[in-house]
Amino acid sequence: MSHSNADAGALPSYLEVSGRRTGILGWIFSTDHKRIGILYMILILGFFLVALCIGLLMRLELLLPGPTIVQPNTYNALFTLHGVIMIFLFIIPGIPAMFGNFFLPIQIGAKDVSFPRLNLASWWLYAIGAVMALLSLFTGGGVPDTGWTFYVPFSLRTGTNVPLAVLAVFVMGFSSILTGLNFITTIHRLRAPGMSWFRMPLFVWSLYATAWIQILATPILGITVLLVFLERLFGIGLFDPAKGGDPLLYQHLFWIYSHPAVYIMILPAMGVISEIFPTFAKQKIFGYKAIAFSSLAIAFVGYLVWGHHMFTSGISDTSRWIFSLLTFIVAVPSGIKVFNWVATLYKGAIEVPPPMLFALSFIFLFSIGGLTGFVVGALATDIHIHDTYFVVAHFHYVMFGGVGIAIFAALLYWFPKMFGRMFRYRPFFISWVFIFVGFNTLYFPMFIMGWLGMPRRYYDYMPEFQIWHQISTVGSWLLATGVFIFFIYFVKSLRAPRGAPDNPWGGTTLEWRVPSPPPAENFIEIPTVTAGPYDHHGEGDA
Amino acid sequence: MEKKELVPYGTYIMIWFGLLVLTGVTIIAASLHFGQWSIMTAIAIATVKGALVLFIFMNLKREERLFKIMLSLALITMTVIMVLTFADISFR
Amino acid sequence: MSTATLHEPHVHVDATGAKIAMWLFLFTELLLFGGLFLAYAVFRTYYPADFHYATTTLSVSIGALNTALLLTSSLTMVLSVAALERLNRRLSVILLGVTALLGILFLVNKYFEWSAKFQHGLYPGSQDLALHPDGEKVFYGLYFTMTGLHGVHVLVGVGVLAVILAMIARRPRRTVSVPLAAPTALALQGDSGPLWHQAADAQLDAVDVTLVYRENEAVAHRQLIKLENAGLYWHLVDVIWIFLFPLLYLIS
Repeated sequence: MSHSNADAGALPSYLEVSGRRTGILGWIFSTDHKRIGILYMILILGFFLVALCIGLLMRLELLLPGPTIVQPNTYNALFTLHGVIMIFLFIIPGIPAMFGNFFLPIQIGAKDVSFPRLNLASWWLYAIGAVMALLSLFTGGGVPDTGWTFYVPFSLRTGTNVPLAVLAVFVMGFSSILTGLNFITTIHRLRAPGMSWFRMPLFVWSLYATAWIQILATPILGITVLLVFLERLFGIGLFDPAKGGDPLLYQHLFWIYSHPAVYIMILPAMGVISEIFPTFAKQKIFGYKAIAFSSLAIAFVGYLVWGHHMFTSGISDTSRWIFSLLTFIVAVPSGIKVFNWVATLYKGAIEVPPPMLFALSFIFLFSIGGLTGFVVGALATDIHIHDTYFVVAHFHYVMFGGVGIAIFAALLYWFPKMFGRMFRYRPFFISWVFIFVGFNTLYFPMFIMGWLGMPRRYYDYMPEFQIWHQISTVGSWLLATGVFIFFIYFVKSLRAPRGAPDNPWGGTTLEWRVPSPPPAENFIEIPTVTAGPYDHHGEGDA
Repeated sequence: MEKKELVPYGTYIMIWFGLLVLTGVTIIAASLHFGQWSIMTAIAIATVKGALVLFIFMNLKREERLFKIMLSLALITMTVIMVLTFADISFR
Repeated sequence: MSTATLHEPHVHVDATGAKIAMWLFLFTELLLFGGLFLAYAVFRTYYPADFHYATTTLSVSIGALNTALLLTSSLTMVLSVAALERLNRRLSVILLGVTALLGILFLVNKYFEWSAKFQHGLYPGSQDLALHPDGEKVFYGLYFTMTGLHGVHVLVGVGVLAVILAMIARRPRRTVSVPLAAPTALALQGDSGPLWHQAADAQLDAVDVTLVYRENEAVAHRQLIKLENAGLYWHLVDVIWIFLFPLLYLIS
């Protein structure tokens, strides 16, 4: 650790240094990785709140059987929008774009990513893709009603504005690819002296694995949506059974991307948890290498399991058991991580401020999501619960209970560093109670009604499901209350007085050794790293 | 710039000539109608041609090991996608 | 004063990093086409006879000519890089121009090939094609998608080459005026050793010559990174065609 970085507090922070342009232009044309991270954060969290409200509307519609607040076609549009926004605009870019951009260079001791201008271009592509997605709602045949999966042949036949929506997905895919490319190059080329591969924080490892999936899977989505687009425009016939095309080929191509995409979402969340646990347990992480390698293993095995989305679609029996077997295997590295996190707590001096509380509930919710994954991954049971609310519950436990909660944890964990201010704990404890209780009230009944046979994406239901739907809808109100409390106080805390300490939590990774908020180029002098990332009792540790 | 040894112009011209010859070979082979084997022959020849471009023209031969590892990752991915899709298609 | 250029903060150009990123980008291109190759393989399995027949309707000679054009353009591309490595700007620019020209010829050829197919009513959505068997419809769908996407890549490649060509063709600054004071001489240390040989007793002319040469080399180095990366892209487009050609034109 060089002395000069301790004096860096005298330097203006990235919040003040806007580059050549000033005001908002100094943000939207900034190539500073930290500013780009914040830009992403504004859009991504904005879209999250929009999609959350759409989800609330869906739950409200389902409060009573029959038409309640919207018509069936509107309901189709609502769940499509909810899915498209949550997946392509919120959770896929999510952690890498917000926190990866902000912290990856700092955590490896670099001044920026390898290609800062390309990084800015990624954000612009994301923004353009988002605008296109929004335009698709109001132009052409209206809001797409296909579900976020754009399954053919319906997506070829429906009159709604599918072409623009899939083009938007294509553009956002490009953004994701460029971010991945930038991160891989940065990790290979810009690590500080002494920052060997096994001294990298686990968050960086998880971003590295994620970036590889972004590079190697996203193009398949690109070509898939491009083919749908061409199909709509010229009728090339590849997915159209009327012309000899094969809808199952679409499903293959779609899930070849979209299953690994699940790991694009969850791996960085696991990285966040791997940062937060050692900090608040005041312990070295248990099984550093096991966690690092399990990230790579998940990235790889995650490639081999896409067929489990297609068990009931008529694919061959041979491929069904192969995909099922591989699905069970992919649970192993995830399990390794969970055990290592729990072991990290053992005999630790555990503190539980809000970020740690969210991180702990990640373990609980993610485990439920993960374990129910076995139920949907097994052939026989999947036939029973395919396309029911069981599946909806399963992936919400993983995606929201896992990734979403990890994003909340990360927002709080890195808040002092990003903005140089502290928040009060109490509002976030209260919001946590609403979120945790609301979440389980909302999604757990879905397991039950799914098991009983309630199909997903239905606007109406049989009377016997009413009680579960009503519990679930009440849960949605609790959850939304919690989320709104969270964000109201998040914004309020942005106006708290400056003066967060450089290292409020006692973290050991490099971002805690630069001022809060960090200066424009992070380090006055590139640090020399002499120890592993979670060395709580080593030398040079205050 | 590390002082790399320069590849003589002649090497590239030789490779180019080899690529043209292989193109001729693949056209002739196709006209011979090997039946089932014709697709294998064509793909094998295309692979050799592709490898020549990758290793010589794209200089992969002289790059660090990292580049070769990365390329093999991409190719493994492609193979996995093909094999697992055909686990369905071939047995449907 | 023009010496200012020599005192600009040293901007680190990471050639290896740029190359890593370029290769990563090429992988995404590879997999983009990979999806189409997968579709091709699947449909060929479904409709072997129709594919067999449809392949024979494509002109092998046009395909072969286009293959030769692209292979030759790859040669001129790599020679252009080799020429710049030897600091032969003129040759590099000429070869690069030839590369782009061959790319355009490829596209012209493709245009005539496509027009012929359209005249025969063999295009997706046409009434004529609707009467053909399913396998042929899919074949032409694939044919137009694959060659179309490839053509777009050639077009983008030509654009990239044109930009780089313009960049290399611009001559680097010829003269650099240097004050002969001793402290300046010390400041002129380059990455690869002193830029300044025998500064103390050199004539002004001799000093100028050394500096011009060094700057030329530095500029060429930065341009070489871009030229090499553009070349990588161009070669990859060639590699994809190497596979497209037999799959679409030959295997019957």
